[in-house]
Amino acid sequence: MKQFDYENAKTIGEAVNLLNNSSKNVRPIAGGTDLIPRMRNGLLEPDILVDIKNIPELNILSINGDLLEIGAAVPLYRIYEEERITKSYPALIDAIKNIGGIAIQGRATVGGNLCNAAPSGDSIPALIVHEAMCIIAGPTGQRILPVEDFCTAPGKTALGRGELLTTIQIKHPPHNTGSCYNRFIPRNEMDIAVTGVAASLMLSMDRTQIENAKVAIGAVAPTPLLVKAAGEVLVGNAPTEEAWGKAAIAAQSAARPITDVRGSINQRKHLVGVLTKRALRKAYLRAIGEMEI
Amino acid sequence: MTTEFKVIGTKPIRPDVIDKVMGRAIFAPDIMISGLLHGKILRSPYAHARILSIDTSAAEALPGVYAVITSKDLPQTPADNAELKYSRDNFLAGEKVLYEGHPIAAVAADSIHTAEDAIKLIRINYEILTPIMDMREAMKENSPKLHENIRLKSLGQDNGRPGNISLHVQHILGDPEKGFAEADEIVDREFTTTMVHQGYLEAQSSTVLWNPDGNLTVWTTTQGAFSVQSEISRILDISLSKIRVIPTEVGGAFGSKLRIYIEPVVVLLSKFANRPVKITMTQSEVLKATGPTPGTIMRVKMGAKRNGKITSATAELYFEAGAFPGSTAGGSPRLIFTEYDIPNGQVDAFEVLVNKTHVGAYRAPGDVQVTYSMEQVVDELAQKVNMDPIDFRLINVAHEGSISISGTIHKKIGAQQVLEAVKNHPHYKSPLKEANMGRGVAFGYWPNNGRDSSCIINVNSDGSVTLVTGSVDLSGTRLTIAMQAAEVLGISVDQVKSSVGDTSSIGYTGSSGGSRTTFATGLAAIQAAKDVINQMSIRAASLLNVPVSEITFERGFFTTSTSSSAKLSFSELAGKLNQTGGPITGKGNVSPSSWGAGFACHIADVEVDPETGKVSILRYTAIQDVGKAVHPTLVEGQMQGAVVQGIGWALWEGLFYDTQGRMLNSNRLDYKIATFVDIPHIETELIEVPSPFHPFGVRGVAEPAFVPPTATIANAVADALGKRIYSLPMTPEKILRTMDVID
Ligand SMILES: Cc1cc2nc3c(=O)[nH]c(=O)nc-3n(C[C@H](O)[C@H](O)[C@H](O)COP(=O)(O)OP(=O)(O)OC[C@H]3O[C@@H](n4cnc5c(N)ncnc54)[C@H](O)[C@@H]3O)c2cc1C
Repeated sequence: MKQFDYENAKTIGEAVNLLNNSSKNVRPIAGGTDLIPRMRNGLLEPDILVDIKNIPELNILSINGDLLEIGAAVPLYRIYEEERITKSYPALIDAIKNIGGIAIQGRATVGGNLCNAAPSGDSIPALIVHEAMCIIAGPTGQRILPVEDFCTAPGKTALGRGELLTTIQIKHPPHNTGSCYNRFIPRNEMDIAVTGVAASLMLSMDRTQIENAKVAIGAVAPTPLLVKAAGEVLVGNAPTEEAWGKAAIAAQSAARPITDVRGSINQRKHLVGVLTKRALRKAYLRAIGEMEI
Repeated sequence: MTTEFKVIGTKPIRPDVIDKVMGRAIFAPDIMISGLLHGKILRSPYAHARILSIDTSAAEALPGVYAVITSKDLPQTPADNAELKYSRDNFLAGEKVLYEGHPIAAVAADSIHTAEDAIKLIRINYEILTPIMDMREAMKENSPKLHENIRLKSLGQDNGRPGNISLHVQHILGDPEKGFAEADEIVDREFTTTMVHQGYLEAQSSTVLWNPDGNLTVWTTTQGAFSVQSEISRILDISLSKIRVIPTEVGGAFGSKLRIYIEPVVVLLSKFANRPVKITMTQSEVLKATGPTPGTIMRVKMGAKRNGKITSATAELYFEAGAFPGSTAGGSPRLIFTEYDIPNGQVDAFEVLVNKTHVGAYRAPGDVQVTYSMEQVVDELAQKVNMDPIDFRLINVAHEGSISISGTIHKKIGAQQVLEAVKNHPHYKSPLKEANMGRGVAFGYWPNNGRDSSCIINVNSDGSVTLVTGSVDLSGTRLTIAMQAAEVLGISVDQVKSSVGDTSSIGYTGSSGGSRTTFATGLAAIQAAKDVINQMSIRAASLLNVPVSEITFERGFFTTSTSSSAKLSFSELAGKLNQTGGPITGKGNVSPSSWGAGFACHIADVEVDPETGKVSILRYTAIQDVGKAVHPTLVEGQMQGAVVQGIGWALWEGLFYDTQGRMLNSNRLDYKIATFVDIPHIETELIEVPSPFHPFGVRGVAEPAFVPPTATIANAVADALGKRIYSLPMTPEKILRTMDVID
């Protein structure tokens, strides 16, 4: 591993100043569960690491009115241990419970998962169907970006030099809403998603019609994708197997997977269909209150 | 034979567990000596290339670098000693690199980071050659050759032509063709498997201190200190007497640590740096450049009569050797079909060179592959003759006196008892009805082993003893050996302090492998304990004033046949040694020529998700003839651990390469072994058919347990799918393709 300097930022401003360095390769470190293995393998060679775990705002996990705020340094376990969150954001909980194992979840963050921008990052499709917003601090102030626009390429994000993701905001889902994230891995833990699909459904008051729907797919394109067409074929229809099938086809045609050691194009395309249906079935059961997280 | 045991068959706590649970056990990377330097090996990024030049000057000039070595620092190899040349070339490449990760140079520096920087400064000019990654490709007449000097040794004859096939062995029994002509049903199938890594988590690590007087000390993780000593001696032309090897605790080995990969390199670095040096391999280096088990192509044909009797069996077996000759190809043909009594048969085995790391041993080497293929053909044949798979196996099972195709004559074995236990097991009798579920069974055999072992026992004045063997403890053998000594000495096992010696403190002992240790080193301990008793009987005789012939030792007491009141307990007498002639050391040196084979049969229930192709293991039962379970919990642990490894091999494991010979999964994320949540509770049933070659009936247990699992799961998956997959691993993707769900 190459030698590097470590800076312990205490405020957002300090972190932004440290990051806004044109001559050095500076990187934030949250849980470090992506960063450190990459540095060990020589894939990343930062000159300076800015620890963001000691910035108070980044450790906030709160529900204010109908807004959930997840600070970028909040470890995953804090999120799924909060009952109010598990009840309302099941897709996110599905996703973060999948990340690594207990040890990883004690350290890793949603912010890190998002900023790492892996096509397979489990939390990202879930954040997309929850319509999460990214709050970004930078040298010129703060900006807000919808999560589906955050990742731009494998390992690349919309963050510019000196910018730091500070918070993820999610509005409380309306009544009669259910969501789910599911992924396929060959084993039962400690694998990276071969394919992942998140879905959310909002039903009409009488639960006979789909009023809003979102489907997002992971590990089948350079970035996790919101499949607008899948949502569109669902809205206005009854929540039936037929509808799930149509959404699955829409999701499959949006998928642009590659073949690698973890899976082939055909396998991934096929799995997008299977997982889309499974996600929608579960999201539906959750929307009608027949299934817990 | 003793039938009432006091110690054998009990379950005392292993002496090493407290240290291991508390993180206090000393593993090889824990070795710290003052002045320690860190070594790093420069490895080839190419699978096949000629080395045109090496320039180490920039690395040598880097501050903090103490030594840089290449193959020119190895001793000169006589031109006619090809075997030694291959061995040396695998430590530091000579003219060519033959696999990705092949070592080329090494440095020692004041920190690992400096060492990492230094190897990047070594300049190498390569002429890149076409890599041969596939056995079928390698065997073609016009394929590039890995070694110009290798000619096929077919049935002991040199055929004169260079090629990539380095060995062909053959066994024939009876008349195979006539046997097939007598058969009512014949099954003929081809199977392929990929190279598989042993999955141990502790990477190879060695520390060497070279002294200016030419003596050197090696701390290393190994299955046998003596084999490290003799390999260093052979590779570097150093007298055995100058090499002291101290084995550390071992974090998993399974055959991989029978061979060495870094020790001679570390020795040279220490010599040139004149400082102690340590190299610890990375996980990626371990996966790319240690010795996995070979990939195979296996063609197996068996015929049977309608009454279930197998009439003939043939097999053509191809084993990947990797970059150098030497693999299980020579031994595996003796393992296939040996479970059964078959009148006619032929086995041909070939060893094929490819541009991958040189293969090594993995638990029951070669046996897993051949049994995986044979037991599926057996299953298909049982179906064809409409017989229950266990009944079919019972009709053909080998007995004492059965002769295998390769000429093995079975001694007293528990093969039939194991199959009968399967038939009577509640698991086998339970129904399995739901869609997408399947059940499989498979039977397996491992010959086990004997070899050289040494043990000494010193008697302490309080009646406790210290016991030293040369057997590295991979699995609790310190305890199982101590238990055998305690049984003979009539003392409790906590009175035996059992430890593993180094090459300077104990007589030659073969490596812990081949499931020999509790058997063979146990025999050495029994002999040493008997020696102690004999020597103490002489002291007892002098104290009790009777001729030694009148002393008997029973239940912990030395007694005389003349007087019932005159007796001395073991500990009483131990306290009087210094008045009767001084200390007593018992010794045992054994080299048993016979040992008991082990048989195992497993049952698996699986469920396959038809949409994703994912296999879940629902229930698993392992039944095995263990001879005599010295420590039943440890035996069960061996059986269960073997199943866990077998599940990984069956479903996920394999070293995968691209066409350029670069490994695609040289990390622990993409090299997938089973995790705890992937395995069910593994039920065990221990059958005890005592081995006639050990006073307590001990047979090896570790490897027989590993022979059936891949075949068992393959048969279960075939049952669930109604279709068979003829290759390993049975990944979800392969299952979807087999079921025509995807292209
Ligand atoms: C054993 C293991 C298993 C894993 N399993 C999974 C899995 O199942 N699914 C999965 O998706 N991932 C998995 N991961 C990857 C990793 O744990 C997750 O991506 C995790 O969420 C990363 O969070 P972190 O806080 O550790 O990120 P870090 O490693 O600290 O950071 C990741 C990247 O984001 C940048 N970064 C972090 N925070 C910010 C910020 N606030 N603003 C700007 N940039 C930032 C860093 O500079 C770095 O480039 C696994 C990792 C390990 C080691």
